[in-house]
Amino acid sequence: MTQGGPKGPDAPDDKGLEHTGTQDPSGDSVRETGGEVVGTRQGMFGVRGTGDTSGYGGLTRQVTMPGSSTPPFGGWFDEVAQALQQATADAGFDDAVEGVVVHVGEITFHVKRERLAEVARLLRDSESLRFEVLASLSGVHYPDETNRELHVVLHLLSMTHNRRIRVEVAAPDADPHVPSVVATYPTADWHERETFDFFGVVFDGHPGLTRIEMPDDWPGHPQRKDYPLGGIPVEYKGATVPPPDERRSYN
Amino acid sequence: MTADPYAATESETTEGRVFTVTGQDWDSLVSGVAEEGEDRVVVNMGPQHPSTHGVLRLILELEGETVTEARCGIGYLHTGIEKNMEYRSWVQGVTFCTRMDYLSPFYNEAAYVFSVERLLGIEDDITEKARVMRVLMMELNRISSHLVCIATGGMEIGALTVMTIGFRERELVLDLFETITGLRMNHAFIRPGGVAQDLPAGALDDITSFIALMKKRLPEYAALCNANPIFKARLDGVGHLDLSGCLALGMTGPVLRSTGYPWDLRRAQPYAGYDEFDFDVCTWDTADAYGRFRVRLDEMWESLRIVEQCVTRLADLEGAPVMVEDKKIAWPSQLAIGQDGMGNSLDHIRHIMGESMEALIHHFKLVTEGFRVPAGQAYVPIESPRGELGAHVVSDGGTRPFRAHFRDPSFTNLQATSVMSEGGQVADVIVAIASIDPVMGGVDR
Repeated sequence: MTQGGPKGPDAPDDKGLEHTGTQDPSGDSVRETGGEVVGTRQGMFGVRGTGDTSGYGGLTRQVTMPGSSTPPFGGWFDEVAQALQQATADAGFDDAVEGVVVHVGEITFHVKRERLAEVARLLRDSESLRFEVLASLSGVHYPDETNRELHVVLHLLSMTHNRRIRVEVAAPDADPHVPSVVATYPTADWHERETFDFFGVVFDGHPGLTRIEMPDDWPGHPQRKDYPLGGIPVEYKGATVPPPDERRSYN
Repeated sequence: MTADPYAATESETTEGRVFTVTGQDWDSLVSGVAEEGEDRVVVNMGPQHPSTHGVLRLILELEGETVTEARCGIGYLHTGIEKNMEYRSWVQGVTFCTRMDYLSPFYNEAAYVFSVERLLGIEDDITEKARVMRVLMMELNRISSHLVCIATGGMEIGALTVMTIGFRERELVLDLFETITGLRMNHAFIRPGGVAQDLPAGALDDITSFIALMKKRLPEYAALCNANPIFKARLDGVGHLDLSGCLALGMTGPVLRSTGYPWDLRRAQPYAGYDEFDFDVCTWDTADAYGRFRVRLDEMWESLRIVEQCVTRLADLEGAPVMVEDKKIAWPSQLAIGQDGMGNSLDHIRHIMGESMEALIHHFKLVTEGFRVPAGQAYVPIESPRGELGAHVVSDGGTRPFRAHFRDPSFTNLQATSVMSEGGQVADVIVAIASIDPVMGGVDR
């Protein structure tokens, strides 16, 4: 049984969402294509440069996020995907959805960033979609994903159909602009301010995009991966513990 | 006589005359404002103010006693917990996120842990005892959190008895937490794969006597407040927000349920085995501060019902495992507080130091390096006392979270301050905010 999965009256039967490990819910019907490569991992045990006696120094692995899935996705995922496809086609931008990822029983729609505001409006207003609530909006920084460094992730909830989807858009670091969805979801106001504050994503059309958590004159955007954690070494009984970001990390 | 260093100061700025009020200087302020001859006053309330429910700053534009504009200033308690979690192992993350919303620590832990477990694909492997214990801790926590909400809400409107009895009962819940987890708050008790420890001897008896006592004490709140004319006069019709307003602003929890819409994630999208428990979703139909108070009062009864069912089930589960089988995830030993006051397990130390080299290596690897979580992202929302709490956890397949973002209901719900209080009286702003019940630790994270 999938804990936490949709179980409302319109929720798909459990079979459709059954999953073990990182397999897709509908089993073999979903064929994974290559996922987004977000980085590479070299060596092991956090040892860098010379001095690696582990024998793993030459090991290189790609870090890949779960790849696009092809229909059928299983359960109500197909209904939502088709309804969204239909709605975007009717509105004249059927290329808005770049890809669909079904992973661990959750569905993610990757949307072209310039279409985000229109897609959000469709997702809220279409009869068969009805995602009335924007549960969450935040950012993720993938520094190694060239030209798609900054991701904005929206979690949408449909109370009518008891469904949840994730919408993700990506923007390059050089042009960190994403359309604001405040006009559709007023709750996005503070969420977008927070994402701007922490990642430097500029939400075009936001009524007042200012910092929210950090002081107004704070330099930099703290949640970005290139922003250091900071901290000082701590001395205790003669030994010194380095700050967390300078301790050994396992790769 | 030397000049009073705490006296009100005045200064002229481009925006007009600024008064700094520090207490006992009301007369000089009033005469100063009267001199100015203007009705419009911008009051900066907080962040250190006993009625703002934490380090919240309110910027209120007033015309006489009427609030024309209300804005919140937040960020005074921002501690960078999300950033810090990116530098710790998956298990250590629990220790950080439990400190976010400090009135409902178990919910922070649970939201994070559920997302990690979904990425690990071990949601179905969690043992029954661990699941029931999680529900038990969460529901006890809901009671303590609602008690603080009602208590501080009462204090802020001058009902000090509500405050004293609220904290009296909360203390009992914290005693239970201390018995079970060893700490009154910041427990780090719910861990990926289960919970940190089994129930100590006698814990179920303590909970049973707590339930019996609460059944006597909860009616006191109803007797004291429900029909109290002063209490009702302060709360009735204040902080009104209807259903469509709630949906637009992403409001969840008691605020949403006070509009009469029975949306509760424990029922709508069950997690942690909530579908196995018998309870009702509480609603009210006034969409105001009084309705939210009644919803919280009713919810404490329902939580008590769930706690009772947990106790019954746990009585049959004595000695059952509280961690997943998988030794690649489960913490290597079950620790207990030893004679020396340290968390130790002598059996385990004997095993790794004297019997098995492999067990020592395994222990060392799991404790220092931790386990890896497959790449991907998960978002598991749960019904916290304040509404939908979800952790958006992203993994790149490493031993640390790549990103952990918490959708905290306090943060989202606090946005309603403007719509709830504009057009009302200054005194009602306090009631409206208290009815949202924001916890600044969760708002600022």
